[in-house]
Amino acid sequence: MRAFIAVALAASTLAGRALAVDPPSCAVPDSLLFSDNSLTRVATAAGKQHQLAITVLGTGSSTLAGPEGPSLAYPARLEAALHQRLSKVAVKVSIRTKNGQTADIMRRSMKDLLVEEKPNLVIWQTGTVDAIRRIELDEFRTALEDGVETLQAGGSDVMLMNMQYSPRTESMIPAGPYVDEMRAVAQQRDIPLFDRFAIMRYWSDEGAFDFYAAGKDNGLAQRVHDCLGRAIGALVIEDGHLQPFVNKASQ
Amino acid sequence: MHAPVVTTGRDLRLDLFRGIALWLIFLDHIPSNAVSWITIRNYGFSDATEIFIFISGYTAAFVYGRAMRERGIVVAGARILRRAWQIYVAHIFLFTIYMAEISYVATSFENPLYAEEMNILDFLKQPDVTIVQALLLKFKPVHMDVLPLYIILLLLFPPILWLLQRWSTLALGASLALYVAVWQFGLNLPAYPEGTWFFNPLAWQLLFVFGAWCAVGGAERLAPLVRSPATLVIAVIYLACAFVIALSWYLPEQISFVPHWLEDLIYPIDKTNLDVLRFAHFLALAVLTMRFVPRTWPMLHSWILYPAILCGQHSLEIFCLGVFLAFAGHFALVEISGSFWMQVAISAFGILAMIATAALITWYKQLEGRSPGSRSKPPDADLAGGEA
Repeated sequence: MRAFIAVALAASTLAGRALAVDPPSCAVPDSLLFSDNSLTRVATAAGKQHQLAITVLGTGSSTLAGPEGPSLAYPARLEAALHQRLSKVAVKVSIRTKNGQTADIMRRSMKDLLVEEKPNLVIWQTGTVDAIRRIELDEFRTALEDGVETLQAGGSDVMLMNMQYSPRTESMIPAGPYVDEMRAVAQQRDIPLFDRFAIMRYWSDEGAFDFYAAGKDNGLAQRVHDCLGRAIGALVIEDGHLQPFVNKASQ
Repeated sequence: MHAPVVTTGRDLRLDLFRGIALWLIFLDHIPSNAVSWITIRNYGFSDATEIFIFISGYTAAFVYGRAMRERGIVVAGARILRRAWQIYVAHIFLFTIYMAEISYVATSFENPLYAEEMNILDFLKQPDVTIVQALLLKFKPVHMDVLPLYIILLLLFPPILWLLQRWSTLALGASLALYVAVWQFGLNLPAYPEGTWFFNPLAWQLLFVFGAWCAVGGAERLAPLVRSPATLVIAVIYLACAFVIALSWYLPEQISFVPHWLEDLIYPIDKTNLDVLRFAHFLALAVLTMRFVPRTWPMLHSWILYPAILCGQHSLEIFCLGVFLAFAGHFALVEISGSFWMQVAISAFGILAMIATAALITWYKQLEGRSPGSRSKPPDADLAGGEA
């Protein structure tokens, strides 16, 4: 056992060193990112009107702390990525994040959101607070279904985004059942799901990021959010059937 | 009304499958454990919890039913309640370990990426409320839901067992009626900070009572049905369909082959209220098991299966140890290495620790049984009496 741990430790140290030399690649395999869904309102707005209004409706994990935080978090990185790849479209990503909100609470703020932001696409990041507070799965699912309906009825496309992969709190936050519910709702409603959980886990397995790190590393959080923003951008372009002006898909 | 059929001797299959269920629960409780791919929850609707609760109901009726017939309802009821108390103490002990782990994480972990996830530690800010709610079984951390379920089931068990021994069909019918009422009216027990119990005792009691019903003669009554080829065919078809649907959970959405109307029909498969699909899946597994693993199967006495049987015979201790080992295993994965081989090593080490502990407990019990002055017991009660 001890020898085994020693070997494992050596291996992880080596891996760490390799990462320090090469900048991490955070490419996401297509199978984790793309589904066969269409963001028709995104397609119309971006394709015909050359405008795209996206709203991120989320909780604490959709932003970063500090005065610079919001500009480094994934919604801003998504905006930058779309700007870069859709240079003919005026892209605006607005942010509606508030700590500690369950899916049910967020659902109630949607009507206001639709009126005030008039989004073509709402990226609804949820699940974390529900899992922390162990909201009943039935209730969570109902909130998701109602929320998706409200947004669609209000003229917006919807993309769901699940929780972060967080290995250290895995034995405390029961992510699994909530991830499953979100996947099921997305599948039934034929809307895209940005599977942040699976994607971050893939990065972890591939050694792109060390999510086990305990220290106060703002750089890690910023790099992860940058990668998330770019991956979401790729998904928006794919499912909105948009033609990227400059093809930098494999970055 | 009919006299309950008393089965003599312990059915080793119960110990075997409960032991295996304990291993599977342990493997499933380690987050991101690659080894948990072998557990049954990935291949159908039900998982090891169903096996554990059913067998617990069966053995509880087997053990305490005899006590009730021989020494009356008061003595049997008192023993059942003492058992519930032991499980309560064990649960609180596990809760203490959980608090230790989570407090450590709270003080040592400050990755800004996970600021939101750290809200899980909020309850440490008000330990007065949290601990009292835990003592009331309303606050239950992840993976600590099974023992509270078991406690409630045992608390309700004396009158149920009494009824089972007199009018077993009526008892089963009452249990089924409660289950239906749960689904009809959404009954459940309240939890803290909000919501309800993850394992709804009012729904899961059906499986426990069904197990107990089987032990007091129901199994004999069902035997013709279980042995009929038609039942076997239905069970196999159902398991195959469940397997195909379970497969779709792990494949990318593009090759989704489950039609929408079927998804609308079956989802969500509710674990909290013991979904009918889960219950049926367990029944189908049980039918196959009864058919292909006879009670007189020689392998039940072989050394290969002995470790699982040993674990199954000390289910409370081994279950608690499994919960602790899952915590500790996850801790090691985070602190040392989360590599694939580490996951395999921790899984194997955990199961070996469970086997060794079960052997140690057996050894202690043998010592106590032999020591002078100890109460003489019927030979089987030692195994069964302590481990319902």
